[in-house]
Amino acid sequence: MVDMIQAHGLVKRYKEVTALAGLDLAVPEGQVLALLGPNGAGKTTAVRVLTTLLKPDEGTAHVAGVDVRADPDGVRARIGLSGQYAAVDEHLTGFENLEMVGRLYGLGRSRSRARARELLERFDLVDAGDRPSKTYSGGMRRRLDLAGSLVAAPPVLILDEPTTGLDPRSRVGMWDVIRELVRDGATLLLTTQYLEEADRLADDIVVIDHGRAIARGTADELKSQTGGERVEVVLAHASDREAAVRLLGAVAVGEVGTAENGRDLTAAVDGGVRSLRHVLEGLEAEGLEVLDIGLRRPTLDDVFLSLTGHAAEKDTDENTDAAEEALR
Amino acid sequence: MSTTTPGTTGEAHTGRLPEPTPVPERPNGLVRALTDGWIVAKRNLVKIKRVPEVLVFVLISPIMFVLLFAFVFGGAIDPEGAVGYREFLIGGIFAQTVVFGATFTGAGLAEDMQKGIIDRFRSLPMSHAAVLVGRTTSDVVYNLLSLIIMALTGLLVGWRIREGAFDALLGFALLLLFAYAISWVMAYVGLLVPSVEVINNASFIVIMPLTFVSNAFVPLSSFDGVLRQFVLWNPVSALTQASRELFGNVDPSTPVPDAWSMQHPALYTLGWVVLILAVFVPLSTRQFARASA
Repeated sequence: MVDMIQAHGLVKRYKEVTALAGLDLAVPEGQVLALLGPNGAGKTTAVRVLTTLLKPDEGTAHVAGVDVRADPDGVRARIGLSGQYAAVDEHLTGFENLEMVGRLYGLGRSRSRARARELLERFDLVDAGDRPSKTYSGGMRRRLDLAGSLVAAPPVLILDEPTTGLDPRSRVGMWDVIRELVRDGATLLLTTQYLEEADRLADDIVVIDHGRAIARGTADELKSQTGGERVEVVLAHASDREAAVRLLGAVAVGEVGTAENGRDLTAAVDGGVRSLRHVLEGLEAEGLEVLDIGLRRPTLDDVFLSLTGHAAEKDTDENTDAAEEALR
Repeated sequence: MSTTTPGTTGEAHTGRLPEPTPVPERPNGLVRALTDGWIVAKRNLVKIKRVPEVLVFVLISPIMFVLLFAFVFGGAIDPEGAVGYREFLIGGIFAQTVVFGATFTGAGLAEDMQKGIIDRFRSLPMSHAAVLVGRTTSDVVYNLLSLIIMALTGLLVGWRIREGAFDALLGFALLLLFAYAISWVMAYVGLLVPSVEVINNASFIVIMPLTFVSNAFVPLSSFDGVLRQFVLWNPVSALTQASRELFGNVDPSTPVPDAWSMQHPALYTLGWVVLILAVFVPLSTRQFARASA
């Protein structure tokens, strides 16, 4: 398989800030990569470089096989960009917006019109198609903006925080649309602050902070990086704590965590369901009453916090540096 | 060189690049700048239909200006000679209005920058000059509409075209051309300072003195010393003088001013147009290429 998006050592410095500090990316054809990071991590800068809106200070990037520096126009002809702010003209109708984009891609009048109608249908905007987009809801505007990026049916789509600012229902709607695009074979890079979004949509995730990748892999791989699963127990009586800690200690990797209230216990385990059963049986045998018990996999939130929460520490930085050294 | 961190998903990434997918061929350079420019211009012109405020600015305010000056200052200012103030005034109103109309360019681009539409345009395989060509072109259309309305209002209050129709057309063309050049200056400013409020205030500060310290509203004879020199060489004065001459609104008994700019006002104005375009078209186009919201 070939990489439809490929970037090596991208560096972009502003006066005081280093927005990108040597970012490497690769998105194989037909796959979805989520660039996950907090505000100011460098996600948008990366998008701007890949979409030719910004020239990197160092590094190279190819999109759909075309060098972003050498042939920016060639890149633009092969990408669709949907930005953080729905970039639609509010005085134009939905139809006019899409038709204009088609004309500017060089599709010609009749093809642009046909394509505009097709996309309005697909994005459930037919009824609103002849209204100025000023009258649209936030979700509709985003859909129109996304439709705009698809006008020329580009092989590569780049979506910068496609659901930021949307209400939960519109967000789920947007996810469905994005999934459909990928089923049609598009290669997609999306940035997001939402772990859930990355988890749901992406084949691969790159966690980015301070302009560099601090972790990458599938959602599952990232989750397993923060250690295995946890057994969580909520006791009915705090007085049972000591006995319960002893039980959990027998299967736990490392310390058993106890909460202030003395009833919530957590233990990292490496035996999965077997460990859970063992704990359950022990609790039963000793007659300890529990309100809740479960095996929980670490969420991406856990991963994210453990990665970026300590990003300022020497340790993490050195690891990242070493990882990047290995790339060169 | 590998593209992934060891130990993660290395096997999925081959590092190979695809053959570039075929895309439609597009004409190059000027043709594309003009066709794409016209597409963008049409987009800007839709606004006049859909945004009532624009209609007011383009159509109503020129009428107001003509009536205001004709009836408020009409009695107080003597333009020396037989030509009445209203006749004298119209050339100045024309000049002032088209120059103000040009500030639209800056505000419009600033607004597009703020709303992210410029990013959309810049990510499309369109001519880079087209957004600026489109914007400046649509502003010429706005100015043309303003001129037509002002001319009609002028005719109602006593202004007359006393030279030939051809000269009059040249007069209108010169006014639009000068405004077009100013549009490119404002385009640069709009890309540099993408804030509609700042643009509007800044252009007010520059354009008010430029139009009022000129012969647009008061005769040249009312200025002395340094101020008179400024008025003489102010391009807005030349533009005003040129349109008065081309419309035949200059009294034959008025002494010819003692400056080359006033003796050859059309040529002097054209010189400014060429100079401004030569500087600001490349400057604005370059600024557009690297502009970011």
